[in-house]
Amino acid sequence: MAYVAVKGGERAITNAHRWLAEDRRGDPAVPEIEVDQIREQLSLSIDRVMSEGSCYDRDLAALAVKQARGDLPEAIFLTRAYRTTLPRFGASLPLETGQMAVRRRVSAAFKDIPGGQVLGPTFDYTHRLLDFTLAANGETPVEGALEAEEPQAYPMATIASVFAHEDLLEPDHRTEDAPPPFDLTREPMAFPAGRDQRLQALARGDEGFLLSLAYSSQRGWGSTHPLCAEIRLGEVAVEFVPDELGFAIEIGELSLTECQMISTGAGGVDAAPQFTRGYGLTFGHCERKAMSMAIVDRALRDAAAGEASAPVQDEEFVLYHSDNVEASGFVQHLKLPHYVDFQADLQLIRRLRHEYAERQAAMKEAAE
Amino acid sequence: MTVRLPAETTPERRVWLSVLAKAPTKDVIAAWDSLSDRPVYTTLRSPEIGMVLVRGRMGGSGDAFNLGEMTVTRAAVRLETGETGVGYVSGRDRRHAEIAAAVDAMMQSPHLRPDVEGAVVARLARGQQERRDTAARKAAATKVDFFTMVRTRGPA
Repeated sequence: MAYVAVKGGERAITNAHRWLAEDRRGDPAVPEIEVDQIREQLSLSIDRVMSEGSCYDRDLAALAVKQARGDLPEAIFLTRAYRTTLPRFGASLPLETGQMAVRRRVSAAFKDIPGGQVLGPTFDYTHRLLDFTLAANGETPVEGALEAEEPQAYPMATIASVFAHEDLLEPDHRTEDAPPPFDLTREPMAFPAGRDQRLQALARGDEGFLLSLAYSSQRGWGSTHPLCAEIRLGEVAVEFVPDELGFAIEIGELSLTECQMISTGAGGVDAAPQFTRGYGLTFGHCERKAMSMAIVDRALRDAAAGEASAPVQDEEFVLYHSDNVEASGFVQHLKLPHYVDFQADLQLIRRLRHEYAERQAAMKEAAE
Repeated sequence: MTVRLPAETTPERRVWLSVLAKAPTKDVIAAWDSLSDRPVYTTLRSPEIGMVLVRGRMGGSGDAFNLGEMTVTRAAVRLETGETGVGYVSGRDRRHAEIAAAVDAMMQSPHLRPDVEGAVVARLARGQQERRDTAARKAAATKVDFFTMVRTRGPA
């Protein structure tokens, strides 16, 4: 019986997909949007798809956005599916974000950070009023960015380096001969999770989910009282050692957003009080995501120290639910045929109702 | 297919391979097409699209973690004179990877190097330097120039 139902759907599915394609195109009187236009003009959509799709390729992300009709989680799903078709040549050397060619670098915590506060191309301080000149017919007058006489000098000092001599900020640890980091794409989720596993999961995680978790933490559900020590946006070279060469070469350059959150740490018996840190890193310009990631990373480090009480500090809760491809797959599978489940539920409910009616009748009889 | 080079060639080769990988595909193709003479080569590895797993550092400078993948195309060629060139370039453009490999091979040949050193490698490097410089000037123009309101007492 079930197979008959599936066969019957075939034509309906084909026709539904044809209609989908027609709807994707929209009004044929309006010019079709090109993948290049999406890549260049919806660049922040591209950045989100690359980050959560876990694959840096601007053209691919633009195609996914077009195919998904602008539905970003759907585009992320398409990107994830595509990347499973490609072989992996290997892993890069770890990125040196301190060497970033910075387009934007601000510190909300430390006004006088060396190198200064560089705003870059930001929505911050805009009035969030709709700009109807963008909807005007014809060309929108675009004023190019202003260029200073003196270019910004790179690399810029990091917040960590600024306070390093006083030991005020928790230092990063670099282990000699460290084993390769945990890889979620090759190993199943394991608990307790190391910070490498957590950061990989958060980097792929849904922006909305991480944003809400970070917000919950700020509002007191596992409060981390974070300060934004540094946000940076810019370009970093990727180095890779091809087997046939045996030495590292640069294979390209990525745009990245990095966020350092700090909160006061009381220290302990063997540890002097110092600022503890949370870290966020994303492909492209995903500032909201990088900040949320840093706050959640910081909160999960409480959990590792045995101080968990709120959802944001519960690593199983956070890591099992942060991936929007898995989450939307499981939620949305409910719209696929569940005819047999429903038949079983129907039988159960009918039987229970029958038994209930019998009990009611018996009680009524006893009362009389 | 291991390419062994004299140790002193490596730092230089790293520089030109970096320039070839980081240049926009259209610039690489334009520079290649502008050459009046292009050598004959055989393909050791036809351009192949794959991924490299990109690693970050925990906290920015600590131990590694896996950030995500990037698409990469690689190719390898051999000139008739025996030099082997390798191309590893971000993205999925096969032609870009193959040209990078061919230029890498030519740069290793004392005879062919003058043909590509200026017309391809230096030209692409200049373009990159200009783009970086422009971005750095735009960034500098958005630097906040703090000033403090000096409180002055009223007339004594």
